[in-house]
Amino acid sequence: MNIIVCIKQVPDTTQVKIDPVTNTLIRDGVESIVNPFDAYAVEEAVRLKERYGGKVLALTMGPPQAEAVLREAIGLGCDEGILVSDRAFAGSDTLATGYTLAAAIRKIKIFDIILCGKQASDGDTAQVGPGIATQLDIPQITYVKKIEKIEDNKLIAHRMIEEGFEMIETSLPCLLTVVKEINEPRLPSLKGKMKAKKIEIPAWKAIDLDIDEVQLGLTGSPTWVSKIFTPPPRPKGEIFEGAAEESVNKLVEVLKDRLK
Amino acid sequence: MDYLLTEEQMMLRDLCREVAEEKIMPVAAEYDEKEEFPWEIVKTLAQSDLCGVYIPEEYGGMGGGILELCILVEELSRGCAGIALSVAGTALGTDPILLYGNEDQKKKYLPDIASGKKLAAYAITEPAAGSDVSSMQTTATKDGDYYVLNGTKHFITNGGDAETYTVIAMTDKKKGSRGASAFIVEKGTPGFTFGKKEHKLGIRASSTRELIFEDCRISKENLLGKEGQGFMIAMKTFDMSRPGIGAQALGIAQGAFDAALKYSNEREQFGKPISSFQGIQFMLADMATQIEAARALIYATARQIDAGAKEISKESSMAKMFASDVAMSVTVDAIQIFGGYGYIKEYPVEKYMRDAKITQIYEGTNQIQRSIIALNLIKELKKK
Repeated sequence: MNIIVCIKQVPDTTQVKIDPVTNTLIRDGVESIVNPFDAYAVEEAVRLKERYGGKVLALTMGPPQAEAVLREAIGLGCDEGILVSDRAFAGSDTLATGYTLAAAIRKIKIFDIILCGKQASDGDTAQVGPGIATQLDIPQITYVKKIEKIEDNKLIAHRMIEEGFEMIETSLPCLLTVVKEINEPRLPSLKGKMKAKKIEIPAWKAIDLDIDEVQLGLTGSPTWVSKIFTPPPRPKGEIFEGAAEESVNKLVEVLKDRLK
Repeated sequence: MDYLLTEEQMMLRDLCREVAEEKIMPVAAEYDEKEEFPWEIVKTLAQSDLCGVYIPEEYGGMGGGILELCILVEELSRGCAGIALSVAGTALGTDPILLYGNEDQKKKYLPDIASGKKLAAYAITEPAAGSDVSSMQTTATKDGDYYVLNGTKHFITNGGDAETYTVIAMTDKKKGSRGASAFIVEKGTPGFTFGKKEHKLGIRASSTRELIFEDCRISKENLLGKEGQGFMIAMKTFDMSRPGIGAQALGIAQGAFDAALKYSNEREQFGKPISSFQGIQFMLADMATQIEAARALIYATARQIDAGAKEISKESSMAKMFASDVAMSVTVDAIQIFGGYGYIKEYPVEKYMRDAKITQIYEGTNQIQRSIIALNLIKELKKK
């Protein structure tokens, strides 16, 4: 089984600064880590390899230093890594990122499953995974909390929803985004770390991919960020105690009051 | 201090530190309280390739030596010395196989130990044979292609939880210490059962149990080395393993010191952090210096053994004795720096002190270590 796991390097804090001009994240000077949700995707990919055999390739798009997350993934059991990095990709929104990663995956060619974290901890959009699947025109299951089985080119997964889960069957190849309930990521292994230290990681540029340059980076990103702010915390709920009828009346009064 | 470790050794140290900080420290107090064997942690260690760091690559290990084992034990012991003992006690049980096992024995036993699938243990101590090893009563009587074991071993680390046991027994009582032999005994062999489990002051996450042999028949293929070599195998094993005990003590001391230093900077009295008082500063300075001296001695000894030195008893005993004495004094001082809080179980330092005490006792009391050192000094003098 050939598995691709898409990971992203993110700043190791929720208190990041925003560039006032472009309204994008300022990454300089902030320690970088593997997006926490992607760590579950890496673990699941390695577990699938242990269960069904095959190999795991870690893929990331980002600046040259994003290579560090690929080495970390290899330390955790991935077999190889590919970095997609070019100035032309700078400022990509989720559409352009999905487009670029899909182009890289087309170049990799051989794969059965693509795993992604449900979202990145910096942008929180949860759009890149589905974007890649759409670009590649393959089925996708988002918010996966369990992979039940893979058999006869079919995969059955549990997709988490607010109350319970859906059981979904899909053909392969497919893309899954995973939630943190799916597993508990392991620590790296000594052999993995040694391999990660030595391995050569290819860096693909825009010219290495079969892509339309207009769809890359800032020019290929229709998303326009008008303002970034911390939403006010949800106010505390109110509990009306007493008999049902009395409480309901009270609630109706309060609601009427609010609507005024 | 920079010990000029190789890139691999630093990688090993960093990984062990990560395991200690993320997986061991958060649960150390709980395992200590419950006296439970840390199988979950053993699983983590196995997954991270840390069970076989000192085993040659051809048998599935990482091919490291005593220095690598010391780095592993030191870092894990910073988290919990009892939990670290699951691997350190296994190394002690594995050393005789590494030293004297034949190719078949190595192929049969080492890969499962290296992968962490099985733990090992070393059984020499008996109720009436502690420091005086030669007074052991357990016998191994030859019967055709078999040896029949009878007797009781006690205080055996990993007892009951390990699968592979190296056992020293008398094959010829008349010959005294030259009549002892070493055997590999597997858990589940008929006639081999486990007795009393000890409740201890410290290293409570480690199991310490009695091994009982009643007409336990084992194949002659399980004999390590030759008949009559048991005592020598035991002593050579200790020469190799004592730096590891030193490393365990060192890890305990470092863990206690780290906690004390941090606390002394946070705790305020008379309007200032207590680390600003000279009385505390002198303690911290002494503790740190002692720890560094112990580390230098242990690493130097380990490197000497790894380089193939033959005469290592003296240095090996020095490393164990010095580091364990340091661990005891540093942990006592760590409690002193914590004051009343140090005496309370909610804070980590009282456990470090309880764990430290055993390192002055097992694998030869520090009095025995001093005897070994002195006897070697006299021997060296006579050679001149």
